[in-house]
Amino acid sequence: MKLFGYNLPGMSSLIIWGLLWELIGQLDVTFFVPPLSEVLATLFEIIGTPAFLKALGETGYAFVVGVFFAVFIGIPVGILMGRSRLLDELLLPWVNVFLSAPLTALVPVLMVLFGFGMKSIIITTTLFAIWIIILNSRAGVKQINRSLVEMAKSFGASPADAFFKIYFWAALPEILGGVRIGVIRAVKGVIIGQLLISIVGFGALFELYSSNFLMAHFWAVLIVLFALAFTIAEFLAYLERRVAYYAAKR
Amino acid sequence: MSLIKEAPATAEPALSEIAVSVRNISKNYGAVEALKDLTLEFPRGQLTSLLGPSGCGKTTLLKIIAGLLEPTSGEVEVNGKPVTGPGPNRAFVFQDFALLPWATVMRNVAFGLELRSINKSKREDIAAKYIKEVGLGGFENSYPHELSGGMRQRVGLARALSVDAKVLLMDEPFSAVDEQTRRKFQEDLLGLVQNENKTFIFVTHSIEEAVYVSDQIAILLPRPSRVSEIIRPSGFRHKDHDQIRRDPEYLDIVDDIWASLRSYVE
Repeated sequence: MKLFGYNLPGMSSLIIWGLLWELIGQLDVTFFVPPLSEVLATLFEIIGTPAFLKALGETGYAFVVGVFFAVFIGIPVGILMGRSRLLDELLLPWVNVFLSAPLTALVPVLMVLFGFGMKSIIITTTLFAIWIIILNSRAGVKQINRSLVEMAKSFGASPADAFFKIYFWAALPEILGGVRIGVIRAVKGVIIGQLLISIVGFGALFELYSSNFLMAHFWAVLIVLFALAFTIAEFLAYLERRVAYYAAKR
Repeated sequence: MSLIKEAPATAEPALSEIAVSVRNISKNYGAVEALKDLTLEFPRGQLTSLLGPSGCGKTTLLKIIAGLLEPTSGEVEVNGKPVTGPGPNRAFVFQDFALLPWATVMRNVAFGLELRSINKSKREDIAAKYIKEVGLGGFENSYPHELSGGMRQRVGLARALSVDAKVLLMDEPFSAVDEQTRRKFQEDLLGLVQNENKTFIFVTHSIEEAVYVSDQIAILLPRPSRVSEIIRPSGFRHKDHDQIRRDPEYLDIVDDIWASLRSYVE
């Protein structure tokens, strides 16, 4: 965007919102919104503390493992659904149900099944992320150019060759889109898991700060979380742009 | 006129060996008969066109020969061996090129060899040779979307040539490129048939193209699909490329084919 002839760097609008936040905070409208400067000061104060690092480690671990399962189960299942009519008929209704289901309501069931520990949190994270990854991988395979498949067949491709050299790459733009959205949903999943299942990680911090009305602390952790989610999503968007050159020409 | 017309059942040109033979092929899609009891032979080292109105099953026949489709009944033999699926003795050139959009020209041309597990340096040597041969030297590291339609089909052709199959199956390979490029392709194809000692089976809907490039033209008629006529142009085959289109025999055959196809074109 250009303003008075100057090229504004990306996300300049954040400055405006930041200023507005600071203003409202300084005006002391509500205890819920302390000034941004105070939040940032708190952020730097707590970011090195053992409690924060422990929370970051716990949340990060559950998040990474949960996303790992979502990606490495979701992509192959999606690709197989796109290729096999039978699998598609069997699984698609469930995928659609779980995609739109209020997964939070399922968390108590998971707790009964898998206990109150890390296992349930990881499964919650995976459940939040996996359905959109499956659906997008499936969609990517569905739009594959028939003649690419015939080409591979005519040159003697084995099923494994076809899977790794044709289907995966042909569906990659959609797969990456699905993983990006899935990862964003996983952030939601891991926090909900840590709030509902066992109070650990960032979930514990949120619980602690909000129940003690430490709003500056609360916002500081939220900003860290936003920043992490945003960074990961942007990285995946960057990968998507890397394959965009062929996305429109398949 | 040196036009030879024969009934398909007795078509047995004693001119050369037969590379591919198709016997009593039928193909049904549900109740629809795409091909019915079709018999045809393809002489070795020559180019045979399958020509006919749309819906006459010429692409279906080509894909059956390729092993991509299974016939409902009948059999296909390539060099005396029955076809049960795709095999290394046949290579396919696709109408829409079928290039991997995420791979360079080099990887695309070498892809057939890659699927045959030939090691990287060897397959790239072979691919480089054919990239030059089809006139794409210097474009090894380009991606398909950076090339024109004509150049993309040259990549498809180089890929088919590099696996060194004895039979080349071409499914309307020039229909998606512009007229001038197509003419150049047709001339190049004549050179290829002369130099490569391969058997070409060429599907086209262009009468002029079929007569220009073919040693043998099989006219397919629809409903039910059958070979109605086999034409072997002989008088101008060895003439200079620029002379063919003004040859009286060429013009006669083109007119003749049009006369027999006209009633099938809606």
